Amino acid sequence: MASKISRRAFLKGSITAVGSVAATTNVARAANSIVQTKKEPLVTLLDISKCIGCEECVFACKESNAAKYPEPKKPFPKMYPNRVPVEDWSDKRDVSDRLTPYNWLFIQNTSAIVNGEEIEINIPRRCMHCDNPPCVKLCPWGALKQEENGLSRIDSNICLGGSKCRKACPWDVPQRQTGTGLYLDVLPALAGNGAMFKCDRCYNKLEKGEVPACIEVCPEDVQTIGPRTEILKKAHALAKEMGGYIYGEHENGGTNTIYVSPVPFDQLNKTIETGKGKPHLNKVKDMMADGTNLAKAMIVAPIAGLAAAFGKFYLSSKEKK
Amino acid sequence: MKTTGKLRKYIYGVTLFFIALSGFAQMPVFKRYYIADIPGLGWLAKFYVTHIMHYVAAIVLVAFVTYILFDFIFNKYGLNTITRIGYFKIAILSGLIVSGLLMMVKNLPNVYFNHNTIIFLDLFHLGLCMLLLGVSFYSLIRKKLWVG
Repeated sequence: MASKISRRAFLKGSITAVGSVAATTNVARAANSIVQTKKEPLVTLLDISKCIGCEECVFACKESNAAKYPEPKKPFPKMYPNRVPVEDWSDKRDVSDRLTPYNWLFIQNTSAIVNGEEIEINIPRRCMHCDNPPCVKLCPWGALKQEENGLSRIDSNICLGGSKCRKACPWDVPQRQTGTGLYLDVLPALAGNGAMFKCDRCYNKLEKGEVPACIEVCPEDVQTIGPRTEILKKAHALAKEMGGYIYGEHENGGTNTIYVSPVPFDQLNKTIETGKGKPHLNKVKDMMADGTNLAKAMIVAPIAGLAAAFGKFYLSSKEKK
Repeated sequence: MKTTGKLRKYIYGVTLFFIALSGFAQMPVFKRYYIADIPGLGWLAKFYVTHIMHYVAAIVLVAFVTYILFDFIFNKYGLNTITRIGYFKIAILSGLIVSGLLMMVKNLPNVYFNHNTIIFLDLFHLGLCMLLLGVSFYSLIRKKLWVG
């Protein structure tokens, strides 16, 4: 912990006023674009060639969202049957190298060779805020919601902690904390096992026209937030300029988080540490596409029913004649 | 005519069974209660599989209900032939179909429903499903028909 503080202090000191002024200007510009945007979803662009892995965003996220973190009641109720494992992060709140109910953003580190030179790559990882988020759409209780500005979030007061959202999420982002949430009042031994938590893109700050905490504090302006069309244009221009690659534009049918990297993402995916709470960078197909196509096919169902009934009626009237 | 009646019952029964099973599978219960561990039932814990299955069964159900409705209208069977329990089941099915269709729309990309509406639809749909199953079992045991 001490090393973290000294590193943070060092970085705070060494990143000069130039960075701060630039950041302030960009934050103001981003805030302005948020206010202007009413209909189009807001998208964040992450230029990972700029990220130095200082974790300012990680700590700002923790600080800004501290009031939303769970305060579980212990001892936890015994589950029947004892199938669902207890997931308790309440004594490990300082963990910052993976996603947890108390850490909604972390930095994945790796290195790569660019133009014959080995460079360090740092990738801030959190919820991708998908265009059509399976976590929101498939939650059986409506505990998750998607807002018109593109963010998706969990209402931890309603969530029962069944963790379907984590299984539905292509990146396994939502994380469970046992001993908190509605299940304690409903069926503590038989249903649910806590509540799920993930990045809500600082919805409460966005409502006030402010930018999310991780964007606000970044000394390197890694992130930019703005309307989809504008951000996609910027992402493609940036990728072209650096000869880089884009991740998040088409993954899972499109997300509201766009990464631009000088290194191909499939190459990064091989070297980053992935696993529980550490999302991959694989290509992801649109998980909701089959459902969307079938929903469109539903239009045919009443027509088919009507045609069959009419056909039967026509044939029987012909027979009678 | 008897064969058509039997076929209708068979289609309705099979559709109701699969739509209810895949509907309950939308809740994370089958793995938790070891049902998905039974050989051959592992798919019940796969949310995307049961989601698609629920949609397919819903398409069959809507086509079937439309067929029955228009068959009833074209042949002028008359509303007085429908029994009280028949009316009750029609009301439940209508509620299930309307709420289900709204949930299908809600799941489309770029469609945003009010959060309270989503919670209401989820609970309303689940409640009606349980009610329909209860009434259907009652009808089966007491041999109560849709029309009399």
